[in-house]
Amino acid sequence: MKFIDEYRDASLIGKIAQNIQTSTRSDYTFMEVCGGHTMAIHRFGLRDLLPGNIHLLSGPGCPVCVTARNFIDKAVAIAQMENTILATFGDLIRVPGSHSTLERERSKGRQIKTVFSPLDAVEMAHQNPDKTIVFLGIGFETTAPGTAIAIKMANRKNLGNFMALSAHKLMKPAMQALIHKGIKIDGYLCPGHVSTITGSAMYSDFPEKYGVACVISGFEPVDMLQSIKMMVDQLEKKQPAVEIQYSRAVKPNGNEKALEALDEVFEPTDTEWRGFGVLPKSGLKIRQAYSIHDAENRLSIPEIKSLEDKACICGEILKGLKTPIDCNLFGTACTPENPVGACMVSSEGACAALYKYQK
Amino acid sequence: MCLSIPAKIENIHGDEATVSVNGALYKAGIQMIKDAMEGEYVLLHAGFAIQKIDEKEARETLELYNEMYNLNNRNP
Ligand code: SF4
Repeated sequence: MKFIDEYRDASLIGKIAQNIQTSTRSDYTFMEVCGGHTMAIHRFGLRDLLPGNIHLLSGPGCPVCVTARNFIDKAVAIAQMENTILATFGDLIRVPGSHSTLERERSKGRQIKTVFSPLDAVEMAHQNPDKTIVFLGIGFETTAPGTAIAIKMANRKNLGNFMALSAHKLMKPAMQALIHKGIKIDGYLCPGHVSTITGSAMYSDFPEKYGVACVISGFEPVDMLQSIKMMVDQLEKKQPAVEIQYSRAVKPNGNEKALEALDEVFEPTDTEWRGFGVLPKSGLKIRQAYSIHDAENRLSIPEIKSLEDKACICGEILKGLKTPIDCNLFGTACTPENPVGACMVSSEGACAALYKYQK
Repeated sequence: MCLSIPAKIENIHGDEATVSVNGALYKAGIQMIKDAMEGEYVLLHAGFAIQKIDEKEARETLELYNEMYNLNNRNP
């Protein structure tokens, strides 16, 4: 496959790892803020290749994991409405809400359909003119443009029965919140596919204001080790900066067409994150011009007081304060077959990734 | 969810393309891609092509690493 095998070249991996071993003189903590990076670290055993003074922490980069319980509760409430089809990415189906899951609602006969693309939900609206189709929009800047394009398409086709419930989120406010909370992070392994859309400029505060190294990384072992090496070099030279390692997919300006669609359909809003609470201007809300497609606006969704599961420490894990092994339920009461928390549901969650690839 | 995989554009019809990943075919919205062309590689994410993969850049990066770490250039 194109640029996959080449970026898994064992001798190159070995050389970079060796180079990191010799060039790292201080203790560094690097956080990856993308679920894809979390998976790759476990899958390729990258921790074993790094010296003991480099610590890797997982951050708030798994979209399913950061989605607040209240969103699941709202989705369940919508699924229970008459004449409604809920369209969702598969990952959300098993995430526990306060009282139910979408999976449980589906087994009770509610119409909940898994889609691969938001455009499939638009097609559903076209096929079912007498039904309301609600698409659950979750994910960061990588995924949100797709929802924006789907909303634009539904609008163009006059499909007033297509709506989205948006829990889309922006990556930077969460990265900033962690720094403000005083969590020790020397470098951010910046999310490759979020940056594909946003470009690199949005990270510039981190080196300039906080002295944090930033490298936008690809997802193969060579990419990730090289990115770690670049962060070590920046910090050893005391010159933190924003660098793009994943240059085959990330341009400094990002994807302008995607950003245009995003801006046309969405505006920033305060939103709740699992573990973080409400972060200002960290979410995406559908603009007034498209409010006919906004489920929050169109449907009478009841106010729901969500209950958190006290035993699950997923929220602390997302802030880098704890790791899955600190959780008493990990691998016993909580497994991918029987997830207690969101971090075990999504394959990109820190708990699921550790469970799957632990030796 | 966050995952995006390299896929090859097989053919284009309007705003949509058929793309292949290891022989399996998928539909992809190409509204975010400027001047998409058959045969090009894109990153496929949740039903959309989100960016072209810059082949020249991919190759040059590998060459650079191989040079930096003193490996013979084994890549095309
Ligand atoms: S192992 Fe399960 S219960 Fe524990 S933090 Fe992870 S998701 Fe929550």
